[in-house]
Amino acid sequence: MHNKSVAELSRDLDSGQVSSVELTQEFLDRIKREDSKYNSFITVTEEQALADARVADEQRAAGNATPWTGVPFAHKDIFCTNGVRTTCGSKMLENFVPPYDATVTANFREAGAVCLGKTNMDEFAMGSSNENSYFGAVTNPWGLSQGNKRVPGGSSGGSAAAVAARLIPAATATDTGGSIRQPAALCGVTGLKPTYGRVSRYGMIAFASSLDQGGTMARTAEDNALMLNVMAGFDPKDSTSIDREVPDYTATLNEPLKGLRIGLPREYFSDQLSPAMEQQVRNAVKEYEKLGATVKEVSLPNAKLAIAAYYVIAPAEASANLSRFDGVRYGYRCEDPKDLMDLYTRSRAEGFGEEVKRRILVGTYALSAGYFDAYYLKAQKVRRLIQQDFINAFKEVDVLMSPTTPSPAFIQGEKTSDPVTMYLEDVFTIAINLAGVPAMSVPAGFVDGLPVGLQIIGDYFSEARLLNAAHQFQQVTDWHQREPQ
Amino acid sequence: MTISREDIEKVAVLARIRVDDEQVSALEKDLGNILDLVDQLGAADTDSVEPMAHPLNAVQRLRADEVTETNQREAFQAIAPATENGLYLVPRVIE
Repeated sequence: MHNKSVAELSRDLDSGQVSSVELTQEFLDRIKREDSKYNSFITVTEEQALADARVADEQRAAGNATPWTGVPFAHKDIFCTNGVRTTCGSKMLENFVPPYDATVTANFREAGAVCLGKTNMDEFAMGSSNENSYFGAVTNPWGLSQGNKRVPGGSSGGSAAAVAARLIPAATATDTGGSIRQPAALCGVTGLKPTYGRVSRYGMIAFASSLDQGGTMARTAEDNALMLNVMAGFDPKDSTSIDREVPDYTATLNEPLKGLRIGLPREYFSDQLSPAMEQQVRNAVKEYEKLGATVKEVSLPNAKLAIAAYYVIAPAEASANLSRFDGVRYGYRCEDPKDLMDLYTRSRAEGFGEEVKRRILVGTYALSAGYFDAYYLKAQKVRRLIQQDFINAFKEVDVLMSPTTPSPAFIQGEKTSDPVTMYLEDVFTIAINLAGVPAMSVPAGFVDGLPVGLQIIGDYFSEARLLNAAHQFQQVTDWHQREPQ
Repeated sequence: MTISREDIEKVAVLARIRVDDEQVSALEKDLGNILDLVDQLGAADTDSVEPMAHPLNAVQRLRADEVTETNQREAFQAIAPATENGLYLVPRVIE
């Protein structure tokens, strides 16, 4: 059962071959048995899950089922869950039990899906290795057989590792600079970051509000489509949510790819990319040519500035967003504050981890008097140049393809000494968030026994086309079905 | 771009994060490296470029001026570190 996709489990539930209670118990047992190796969950909600599963079975029996009724999944611990603690990977929120649901949480609840728990993540979604979690690093299921503890990527490392290890068929995730696509690539699963504004950010703990976007992670493109069907849509509670019709993302999965125009950005096939990685990505593009796609080289001339622009914009927005953690209304409070300033400064010094504090300080600096124009405004101008590159590229081609990451999963501790070394991990993913366009990572081969991700980037609101392209690729390849040993 | 000890101490106060003396050297190095990375932006010609705030140029929606939220004081205060009589408690600010 644990190797089946959401679509398959949904059919099995529908035919009565298995009940939701049985399925839920099986995945709970797997988590209990296996997760000590990965640390992919922060919280497991066993009792609630079994209660929800019983309700789901009743709803199926009564004929009120959606495709998700009774299907187990997990939430990244950044989505607020009413009555279930939501930590965002931080000591600051170690005991925070939200009094409300995120819109994404409510949508899955409404659809009858059974949430088994909350997955581990880099603190406040800041990181590319999941080593910044207050609840401990997550270990990538791949590489363990070689005797190495490798990172799963980040910040949605718990979701990616749990899906790869078959502890759960699907998990929600979020992506501010690559936090869905990079862990999906490193763990050999399929992930989608939708267009900015496609999925509500209400109740999704904010990091950088002009970049953050909730999205999907599962083993197949079809399951990503099923997830997006539940998650996408206008939400008046999110002022940046876009009011635009949501298609049925599963309806176009089987469209033929004949005539699909693929662009390969030459800046993403640079010397940062290892030859072995490049070979895997080029092989994947050849599969697309066999499916009838045409390929040409394109250019994103300003992409090289993306990391620099991002490390102004994201910390600046983070410094504003995280000012809400003041030790007064909720979250961590220091012992025996001697005055109000001491309460603020010590609660924040003790409650936040090192990387979060670095980014708040950088962001505060970039926004401070005398520096705002030179940093924040300049970065926002560069952001427009980067966006214009994508707009120009999509006049010539339908999708862009590139590697998701410059190299496969690295060993824990390898990149923790200098923050900038870690930032370069997102060199191929960050520009997409700045532009706000959607992108996926799809399993596309292996280097030294470790998964390689193919990044597929589309124009605004082209999620259906991306999912279609990924699904067709998965009909002729089996990289996404490989299981870590 | 280097960042001085004084800059770090000033920013830490603005950010309301206590930074101990022994942490300042490490922060000088790490923040200096991040600002070096960011300085690449200077190379871009952005003279006639409008700053971009939202990828789809969306503007804030306005809603009707009606009460839509219900009072949930008890639920919100149940998760606060310290409350009394419906108020949040902080150290004394007025002597």
